[in-house]
Amino acid sequence: MKKLAGLMMTAAMATGLMASGAQADNMRIALVVKALGIGFFEAANKGAQEAAKELGDVDIIYTGPTDTTAEGQIEVINSLIAQKVDAIAISANDTDALVPTLQKAMKRGITVISWDSAVAPEGRMAHLNPSSNELIGKMIIKLAADNLPDQTGEVAVLSATTTSTNQNIWIDEMKKAMKADYPNIKLEATVYGDDLADKSYREAQGLMQSYPDLDAIIAPTSVGIVAAAQAVVDAGKVGKVNVTGLGLPSEMAGAIESGASKSFAIWNPIDLGYSATMMAYHIAKGDVKPQPEAEIPIGRMGSVTLDETNSAAMADPFVYDKSNIEQFKTIF
Amino acid sequence: MSTLSTNHAPRDSAGPRKIPDQLSSPATKALKSWESLLLLVAVAIFLMNALASPYFLDAWNLSDATYNFTEKAMIAFAMALLIIAGEIDLSVASIIALASTAMGLMMQAGFGTPALVATGLVVGLLCGAFNGLLVTRLGLPSIVVTIGTMSLFRGISYIVLGDGAFRGYPADFAFFGQGYVFWVFTFEFVLFAVLAVIYAVVLHRTNFGRAVYAVGNNATAALFSGIRVGRVKMILFLLTGLMSGIAAVCLTSRLGSTRPSIGTGMELEVVTMVVLGGVNILGGSGSIAGVVIAAFVMGLVTFGLGLLNVPGIVMSIFIGLLLIGVIALPRLWKKLRRA
Repeated sequence: MKKLAGLMMTAAMATGLMASGAQADNMRIALVVKALGIGFFEAANKGAQEAAKELGDVDIIYTGPTDTTAEGQIEVINSLIAQKVDAIAISANDTDALVPTLQKAMKRGITVISWDSAVAPEGRMAHLNPSSNELIGKMIIKLAADNLPDQTGEVAVLSATTTSTNQNIWIDEMKKAMKADYPNIKLEATVYGDDLADKSYREAQGLMQSYPDLDAIIAPTSVGIVAAAQAVVDAGKVGKVNVTGLGLPSEMAGAIESGASKSFAIWNPIDLGYSATMMAYHIAKGDVKPQPEAEIPIGRMGSVTLDETNSAAMADPFVYDKSNIEQFKTIF
Repeated sequence: MSTLSTNHAPRDSAGPRKIPDQLSSPATKALKSWESLLLLVAVAIFLMNALASPYFLDAWNLSDATYNFTEKAMIAFAMALLIIAGEIDLSVASIIALASTAMGLMMQAGFGTPALVATGLVVGLLCGAFNGLLVTRLGLPSIVVTIGTMSLFRGISYIVLGDGAFRGYPADFAFFGQGYVFWVFTFEFVLFAVLAVIYAVVLHRTNFGRAVYAVGNNATAALFSGIRVGRVKMILFLLTGLMSGIAAVCLTSRLGSTRPSIGTGMELEVVTMVVLGGVNILGGSGSIAGVVIAAFVMGLVTFGLGLLNVPGIVMSIFIGLLLIGVIALPRLWKKLRRA
């Protein structure tokens, strides 16, 4: 213990003597994701790399924790602050818990934006939504309703975790849309698969057992929708229970082919990673001030305008079905 | 390595006879010990980190890096004693969730920082008491009891909070998880150091510490030697609960908010730290120094690899290999020497 404390002290003192060198010329933008090994975020990284190539003077650091925890992301952010990166673009595991750490990052001159899953306004300079929550909520119930006779039937939601910011907002928006436009559709239950394949599969099985007349499972999560489709196939309920929601074309191609899912939606994560990188770049460069009504150029995607909470929406969600799945499944 | 063997002759000096933790002379013990092997690993990792990244040797960066292990290590001290005594507590991360939720409720009711801290500690103690009573009074295996309370404690948090969160803790509450005592030394790091000393003294220099070893080596023999085994275990569960409460105060303060998912999975990292520190998972032996060094090793590895932007998945593989390696090497070495 004493030795180690001594070692830490020596190290600390050595710092005073050593000039901290290695200043790269390129701007370093860190793309921090909820967890590594998720197809959606790998695709976002592709988009970020594309933006870096287009901008020329940008290096992308693609990183994130192993599990989707706030504590894990804080460790990652601390190491990014230590590296003195120029900008952090993060998809947050927790709206509030990251705020103190990200405020520290901003205090040390790092540009911080969130994308996909937001950080509370005091913990970031701007936020890029992939789409507007209202449009997503409307889209997922529309996808289910379009495949129901007379837009009448029973549906259930298979979500990620109970604390997933995105999913909760979308489900709320979906409920609003149901009240207004789909009075004959009944939402039987909302269950949580925690974005784990096995748990989501069991929850989907449970839904079909609890509600034998279920017509559709809506899963607004790329992990849940695949697991639900598999559960429907295994239960022999293809054609009876339609799985829809938000998913990745590459992972959902099988479900579309088997008919377990008639259609699903997603924005393009490549575009999202690309746009987040562009946004972080222009703010870090000082081209635009992140304030309400500021217009930020995002390369080939055009431009976005910040609202009163410094958030912006990129585009509408895009529907994938039998007609276009072949084309997109190889992309992401 | 029975700690109760007494093949040492009584000493001439007056006072209680010393029973050694391990049977060899202090000098060879120090050289060959687990702790020195681990210290070597820690120094090697420190040097490798310093060479690999220009950002590693920076006082403020190292200070930030201590957050990677301080909260876990606080719990690991109590967990080490518990494991030495032959029991385990897997509910520690869930105690954090419940204690943090209780603090959130108090905060909403308008109480100030002292009351919040007291709430965290008391809830931790109560959870520890619950575990301890089930184990000592009903004689249930602690691993089963605490797997149960792991779901129970966190479940209560989920019932209270659902998908909501408590935010808006008082400004002075932030000190515990974000404040500095002096220069780069954070409150959490100083607390970690103080607790390390206290636990080392309790385990290695008091009758209670001897009793912990005795219980872990042979609970029946300990009972017939006049040690109140149940009471020792109860105290250890209370301590583990209390430390989880302290960790809950620090973590809640650091995050500035409470969600029921707070600290998920931390129990395994705590147990990993304890085992890496050389504590026998079957009970009976181990030291606080080992746990302290293990805390540094785990913190340095995650921070060093983080600086190199090594993906977290690779990091867990590295920690896993380190654990297996440090445990297997001494045994392999013994086998090779015998062959």
